[in-house]
Amino acid sequence: MATNLVPEKERKPYSRNRLVIGLVLVATGLLILLLFGLHLKAGDLATYQLTPRGDQNVIPIPALTLPVQPSIYVLALIAVFLGGWQLARGIRSSGLLVGMVAFCFVAAFLTWATIGQTLDMVGMLNTSVVRATPIALAAMCGVISERSAVINIGLEGIMLTAAMTAVVSATLTHNLYIGLLVAILTGAIVGAIHAVLVIRFKVDQIVSGTAVNIIGTGATNFLAARFLETNVEQFNNSGTFPNITIPLLAKIPILGPVLFENNLIFYLTVILVAVLYVVLFYTPWGLRTRAVGEHPKAADTLGINVYLMRYVNVILGGVLAGIGGAYFTIGSIGRFDREMTNGKGFIGLAAMIFGKWNPIGAYGASLIFGFADSLQVKMQILGIPIPSEFLGMAPYLVTMIVLAGVVGRARPPAADGQAYEKQ
Amino acid sequence: MAPVLELRGITKSFPGVLANDGIDLTVEKGEILALLGENGAGKTTLMNILYGLYKPDAGQILIQGKEASIHSPNDAIAQGIGMVHQHFMLIPVMTATENVMLGVEPTRRGVFLDKGKVAKRIRQISEQYDLAVDPEAYIGDLPVGSQQRVEIIKVLYREADILILDEPTAVLTPQEVEGLFKVLRSLVANGKSVIFITHKLKEVMAIADHITVLRGGRVVGTVTPGEATPEKLATMMVGREVNLVVKKEVAHPKEVVLEVSNLSVQDEHGHLTVGGASFEVRAGEVLGVAGVQGNGQTELVYALTGLLPLVGGEIRIVDRPVHHTTPRHILERGVAHIPEDRQRHGLILSFPVHDNLVLCTYYQRPFARGVSLQQKVIVENAEKLVKQFDVRTPNVFVPVSTLSGGNQQKVIVAREFSRPIKLLIASQPTRGLDVGSIEYIHSRIIEKRDEGTAVLLVSPELDEIIALSDRIAVMYKGQIVEIVASGTVTKEYIGLLMAGVKPSEALKVSPAPTKETEVERVF
Amino acid sequence: MDRNSNQPRAVDSPDPKERSKGKDRRRSGSATFQIFLIPVLAIFTGLVFGAIVIVATDASVIAAYHNFFRAPGAALLDTWKVIALAYGSLFDGIFGDPATIAHAIQVYRATGSTKDLLTAFYPFSDSLAAVTPYILAGLAVALGFKCGLFNIGAEGQFGIGALCSAFVGYSIKGLPWFIHLPLALAAGALGGAIWGAIPGYLKATTGAHEVVNTIMMNYISFNLGDWLLNGPMKAPGYRPLTPVVQDSAMLPRFFPPPLRFNWGFILALLMAVLVWWFLFKTTLGMEIRAVGANPEGARYAGMNIVKNFILAMTLSGALAGLAGATQVLGIDHWVGQNFSAGYGFDSIAIALLGQSHPFGVVLAAVLWGFLRSGATNMQSMAGVPLDVISIIQGLVVIFVAAPAVIRWIYHIRLARMETMVLTRGWGR
Repeated sequence: MATNLVPEKERKPYSRNRLVIGLVLVATGLLILLLFGLHLKAGDLATYQLTPRGDQNVIPIPALTLPVQPSIYVLALIAVFLGGWQLARGIRSSGLLVGMVAFCFVAAFLTWATIGQTLDMVGMLNTSVVRATPIALAAMCGVISERSAVINIGLEGIMLTAAMTAVVSATLTHNLYIGLLVAILTGAIVGAIHAVLVIRFKVDQIVSGTAVNIIGTGATNFLAARFLETNVEQFNNSGTFPNITIPLLAKIPILGPVLFENNLIFYLTVILVAVLYVVLFYTPWGLRTRAVGEHPKAADTLGINVYLMRYVNVILGGVLAGIGGAYFTIGSIGRFDREMTNGKGFIGLAAMIFGKWNPIGAYGASLIFGFADSLQVKMQILGIPIPSEFLGMAPYLVTMIVLAGVVGRARPPAADGQAYEKQ
Repeated sequence: MAPVLELRGITKSFPGVLANDGIDLTVEKGEILALLGENGAGKTTLMNILYGLYKPDAGQILIQGKEASIHSPNDAIAQGIGMVHQHFMLIPVMTATENVMLGVEPTRRGVFLDKGKVAKRIRQISEQYDLAVDPEAYIGDLPVGSQQRVEIIKVLYREADILILDEPTAVLTPQEVEGLFKVLRSLVANGKSVIFITHKLKEVMAIADHITVLRGGRVVGTVTPGEATPEKLATMMVGREVNLVVKKEVAHPKEVVLEVSNLSVQDEHGHLTVGGASFEVRAGEVLGVAGVQGNGQTELVYALTGLLPLVGGEIRIVDRPVHHTTPRHILERGVAHIPEDRQRHGLILSFPVHDNLVLCTYYQRPFARGVSLQQKVIVENAEKLVKQFDVRTPNVFVPVSTLSGGNQQKVIVAREFSRPIKLLIASQPTRGLDVGSIEYIHSRIIEKRDEGTAVLLVSPELDEIIALSDRIAVMYKGQIVEIVASGTVTKEYIGLLMAGVKPSEALKVSPAPTKETEVERVF
Repeated sequence: MDRNSNQPRAVDSPDPKERSKGKDRRRSGSATFQIFLIPVLAIFTGLVFGAIVIVATDASVIAAYHNFFRAPGAALLDTWKVIALAYGSLFDGIFGDPATIAHAIQVYRATGSTKDLLTAFYPFSDSLAAVTPYILAGLAVALGFKCGLFNIGAEGQFGIGALCSAFVGYSIKGLPWFIHLPLALAAGALGGAIWGAIPGYLKATTGAHEVVNTIMMNYISFNLGDWLLNGPMKAPGYRPLTPVVQDSAMLPRFFPPPLRFNWGFILALLMAVLVWWFLFKTTLGMEIRAVGANPEGARYAGMNIVKNFILAMTLSGALAGLAGATQVLGIDHWVGQNFSAGYGFDSIAIALLGQSHPFGVVLAAVLWGFLRSGATNMQSMAGVPLDVISIIQGLVVIFVAAPAVIRWIYHIRLARMETMVLTRGWGR
């Protein structure tokens, strides 16, 4: 109904929100100056390498060398200006301004960190995109499941289990494709278990997801200790999917080496994101899924089988998470380590919320998280004076900040998390 | 000619409740049958069985004389039965087209949704039956009357011959009700048959060809409007003589208790849901807020009780400002609140009865000393109140969820009335209750008024407002259109204001009553 | 949702269709019985599954089954032997080897020497000692549940609490024990409280779900802990651990070494009583429970949701931090890497098993402490990896959260009981 609103506790009037964001942006600009702009010498230079060394496929372009001091001042200035704009006028999409200022901050940080050195920009972007893959797949699993109103937080459990079965089967059969198929099957099965618990037995969805995580972690640890760590050659040595270079597209400067020289799982992910988007918004199946997620009773009265739709969607989600699990082993290092997912499943959930339950938005969010991840690795190589443990916290801090800022304004499917009772 | 629909011996029970007991029902082609009964009589259950949402324990359904087996809404739809539910089965974030096509989506190349085709058909149906709807509009943006039209189009799109409408007038102004009746007559002229579920006596007299009355799960009788009077129908519905009019004395209002000046409330998008409302309520009078649901009444009440922040204006209770305080502070000022959603907002269902009875006062003496709860005092208080307000419960320790709707409401009333209060805000206090409970709540409200409490009554049921109020404020689109005193205007006039007609215009259509005007039409 | 019709609601109420008074009176009796029956069956079923897992992955059993048709008896015997060895060593790990104990008692009667006695009772003493942090961590999660909050961050709060109390324990010298010990304990509680308050605050003001935030805080605490243990809080030497705490900050033990059973146990029991009193006998506790049961209703009645969310998460974090403190000050006396490993998920299982009631939590914690304690022995004696306990744990969580699963397995009729609802979606 048009005005049937649930009262919200902390609703600040429009103008105060604008004020807060504006102030934060200006403060960020000043922070840039403070953190990175001091103690700079006029001759400091930072070099960004834009062509990967030894890469024959791409059209080479020269490295970008920036004078550090002016660059940082400019970035700080831009941030302050945007903050001032927000305070004075405010635009409808303040998210855009926030994004731009965040970009300034990161750019300033990188420039500062690269003083006197060369940063392999292309390499870092490539790592971001690749490391975003499991996050994106976890996010897709979340999207497809929650669009039909089933919350699935058991992503760690699914991914770990699929990672293990993928590498074991691939090692045993000497065939990576079998490994991938087994991972898909594993994801489907574990997803089905969650679905049954939540739909048939009406277990609380968060509790069920947590149980899946507990059992998945415990079982994979157990089996790893029992078999994989003692018989590495026999069970835990599968090799990985090779990188496939796409002929013409790989020549494009910067984008080429970043996007078009990756492995099967990466390409699969991108395709799946697009497919999921089209299916969700342009096909009957997607329409029904979204209806079931928003107003299951309405869908029920029109003859749609709410339970069936949820089962299928959760299982398909499991499949996606299974592929995500496969990334860790057969798509990355070719062996299974205990608890190797390291929280990526939860970060995927944050990406889903950040992307407002839209596949493309979630993928964009995953890229940001992937960037944070690769930044951490790069920083250790560059040897900047921040302890590696603090850099390790970065993805998690970013997740929390994102959630705090976005979740109040992002609207999940209306029936999200509620079990459906049919007479 | 066989009747288009016949129900024989339909029986359905749920654990502890026999909802339908051997019901026989007949609908002729091209007629409007009204299914009348009070809340809980079994009307909705019966229709849900017909629509395939429930399975009957016994009985048959015959369509055009042939037995039909209906196990799901799909079967019902296939048999030409369509249902418009009381609470709309529409998805607010989707368009009218998407809602209509859900479940029967046509596709291009077998895969992609063909919305254009559906939109075209919607326009055709709109024209044929005079149901103006914009196919591209999002349901969430549409007013309630339009949403109902989308529901009807949904049913017609699936080529229904038998339409079931469940309490369709609950959310309409008197004028919109007329519009709906016009649509129904048009449907019937086109050969459709209509089953109209309601508990409103006056409506069935106006629209129905036949009236079947249900009581306690059984059919009490079938009459025509010619044979029946509202009093006779009411007696059939309830099983005893019913007093249709609340006995009340003339009010003697005293000092101002609640003073609202220029109150404005915003929603999350910055739109005003209440725009500059001003009114006052005095001790010893009932001010009723009339209006179709969704015109800002809910937000007004939330603002008055501190649950929503104001963006403008002031609220004073006994001359102390309360517009920037917490809900608890307002309660402590002597305000009682009966919320419109008693299960979600009025009670903690899993808590025992005795805790619910002190839900607003548990932290005060004598129920607590410091932080320590005084269990004995709480239980004694509960036992006293249960007796005083005649709450049917085995004891005060059971979770309040085990009580019936009427008794749950009594718990809320008992809790609110057992504190010293200056202002009572009652929001849809009798929604979904049986006639006995309604009578009880109404008389307690008048009792409070006579004790000197100021009462603000908010209800979409105009009859309830008229029966209880001394003055009426009409709300439309977040504004108070006018405040009228009893005896000065007709009911029709109020209905026009509820629909957005300006007072001067409405006065032309329905002038102030004179001594000769029918008493019934006057508020 | 249609309030007029007979349709049940998913939240906060049993099916209104079942609202018949007579049935309630009968139900209350069998419901009490079931409060015990379900956890017991859950544990039993979990152990059975555990046994299956152990057997199915044991190399010798697999080998024996290759010869099944030729020597079925041998295969079955092998199966039994493996289970017996596994669970037998589990038992020994919990209570100690009965033979050794009997012998030690004999020695004591004969010579008055307590040395053998102490060694024999060491497993049991350690099992009891292990219970302490589980009680506190279980209380932490249970308190969160009572407010409708899922505190998965107990592990991080435990770790931070341990570090804080260790710091106060080793860095302050010269204080008498009756000041130093409470101070160190309080430091642990404070650290945990802060760690819990942050997600609580975020949830209360922005609606961000505490599940994700507490997990993020966990990872942050692991990283922070690593840094501290390799840097500012590192004891001299190569290994990443803190210096040993001062004697004045150690929780006194009941018996001479090597027995480690200490006063932390009494403290934990006291806290259980305190939490019980708080939840059921105070106004603050009633508010927390009301907010957990129906936040909207609580708000309408005038309660402050924000305050209660934050309070619940802070207290929850404090309890978890205290758990870490008791582990440091009572058992290890220093903090090393992965100090808090496992306590997070364990405490969830304990809270669920104990139905979120403080006394139930104590019982469940006893069980869990025993299981974990014995599992170490199971790993060293029978070669069964510790992680089988995690599997059993996860299964127990499922069984308790879905009594219907137990019913399905055992074909028993259960009365409809209220199941806990924590999921309210991602926003408010």
